[in-house]
Amino acid sequence: MKICCLVKEVPDAAVQKRIDSGTKRLDRSGEKNLNPFDTHGIEAAMQIREGGAAEVAEIVAVTMGPETAVRALHKSVALGADRSVHLTDGALQGSDVNATGYALAKVLESEQPDLVLLGQQSDDGECYTIGAVVADHLKMPSLTQVIEIKLEDGKLICERQAEYGYDTVEIDLPAVISVGDAINEPRYPSLKAIMGAKKKPLDTKGTGDVGIEAGEVGEGGSKTQVLGINPPPAKESGEVFEDEDTAETVAKIVAWLDERKLI
Amino acid sequence: MAGSILVYALHDGAGKFNNNSLGAISEAAKLAGELGSQAGVVVVGDVADDACAALGAYGATKVHRAKAVEEGLAQPVVDVMAKVMNEDDYSYALFGGGLLGFEIGAGLTARLNAGVTMEVTAVKVAEGKLVAERPVLQDSAIVDVGYVGDKGIIIGRLNAFDLKENAGGQAEVVDIEVELSEWSTRARMRQRGEQRGADVNIEDADILVGGGRGLGEKDNFKLAEDLAEALGGAVAATRAVVDAGWYPYAAQIGQTGKTVAPKLYLAAGISGAIQHKVGMQNSENILAVNKDPNAPIFEFCDLGVVGDLHKILPKLTEALKAKRAG
Repeated sequence: MKICCLVKEVPDAAVQKRIDSGTKRLDRSGEKNLNPFDTHGIEAAMQIREGGAAEVAEIVAVTMGPETAVRALHKSVALGADRSVHLTDGALQGSDVNATGYALAKVLESEQPDLVLLGQQSDDGECYTIGAVVADHLKMPSLTQVIEIKLEDGKLICERQAEYGYDTVEIDLPAVISVGDAINEPRYPSLKAIMGAKKKPLDTKGTGDVGIEAGEVGEGGSKTQVLGINPPPAKESGEVFEDEDTAETVAKIVAWLDERKLI
Repeated sequence: MAGSILVYALHDGAGKFNNNSLGAISEAAKLAGELGSQAGVVVVGDVADDACAALGAYGATKVHRAKAVEEGLAQPVVDVMAKVMNEDDYSYALFGGGLLGFEIGAGLTARLNAGVTMEVTAVKVAEGKLVAERPVLQDSAIVDVGYVGDKGIIIGRLNAFDLKENAGGQAEVVDIEVELSEWSTRARMRQRGEQRGADVNIEDADILVGGGRGLGEKDNFKLAEDLAEALGGAVAATRAVVDAGWYPYAAQIGQTGKTVAPKLYLAAGISGAIQHKVGMQNSENILAVNKDPNAPIFEFCDLGVVGDLHKILPKLTEALKAKRAG
């Protein structure tokens, strides 16, 4: 079995994010990190490999992004992937969700995986959607926000929470599964794995290498258009204070509750 | 008719439609009125004629029912909606939020090669086309998104669209046959809507104490329970702690849980991520205790305390009990 893990480099959570008013795109400069949700996807792949229900021949980390995105691939390899593929091309800049999903599907097609795993959301963009977009382009079954994966007779048995409670779904391979953060606790990479990550094979591919039609990606190939950026409606923000003397804090809370007739 | 809007109406399998879907139908009808087009609805499964026709009360003119298609998984619904949108010339698909709406909307985007906008909080009409408003960067900016081409997908944030009902409206119900894509048949529901853990009622409570990961461990829910008791309220929880098995699913608030609007919501160790926020932001008073000063909850609470809840909660419980006794 071959597993591809889709990963993404995102701005570090601690860094203030902003939108570039000129290009109307998210300013992606500044500190970056591997999307924390994607580390759960890699861990899920590792647990399938270690679980023994299927022989996992290869775990491949795949990303699309600028040159700097190799760092996300190095981290993915340190976390357990055997090698990585970097789709990078100026023509991809400004791709919307559909164009991104199409491009990722093309690079995955060239890898022919039995299972594609990814995090259910990223801090900066295609929350919940990218897995299902990729799956339909690949003509594969898919499920998102999965919190448990088991292998049974070559099929996946997945659990997730939906609108009316927990659903259990049986899925044939190949499939695209996006996982929630409750699925596992990602391991910390060993120092040896971090040091060795840069030595693992990394393929860099352009749009032409995987048969991506240039007209279908980038800003020109996108089907959405940012027309404007506005501040949110003003909301009076509440009082926030630090607990220095807990007795005083409690008195303050009680007075606040009292004033609002909540006690 | 060009400009028309198709809505997916999620239901529980027994014909009870989801309120977020009914809100989306109301919104679609309002927008169709401005565009001079119509709002249609897709229903899958064997839902009764009168239940489908009653969607007219929210402004739907036509209900496309695919009886043979099972409710609960996204890809078969993508097949149905793609067919209806192409054959009946719908320009937009609108979803009221929730997990299935996200999945179906995303699949439909790929299938129709159309643009998608998610987490949408409002939709407006500009120059005869729909423009979706989407908050980004922890709601610190709102982006206006327009669509290129003849179709567009809009996935709302939970509770973004208000439900408007005009009693007596009836929609035309048409049955459709849809051949499913091969890959849509390769996922099968084994069990839908399983309830796990005790049954608790949080929707009717005036006061809720919500517990999040910041409680640290399962046993610390006792702190939230004691405080809720002193306040005369109930205990709610975030998805993270429910998935971790610390608290029953029935107490979960947010994207895949319940939506509440109590008089007081006391958030204990809850960061206030969007997925939770959408389920409780309409609470009259929000009080937050969290040790992380950068937690998003401090941006929309009415009173926020940056501190250790393990210290603050027991003392607060004690003070409230003393006040009650005194």
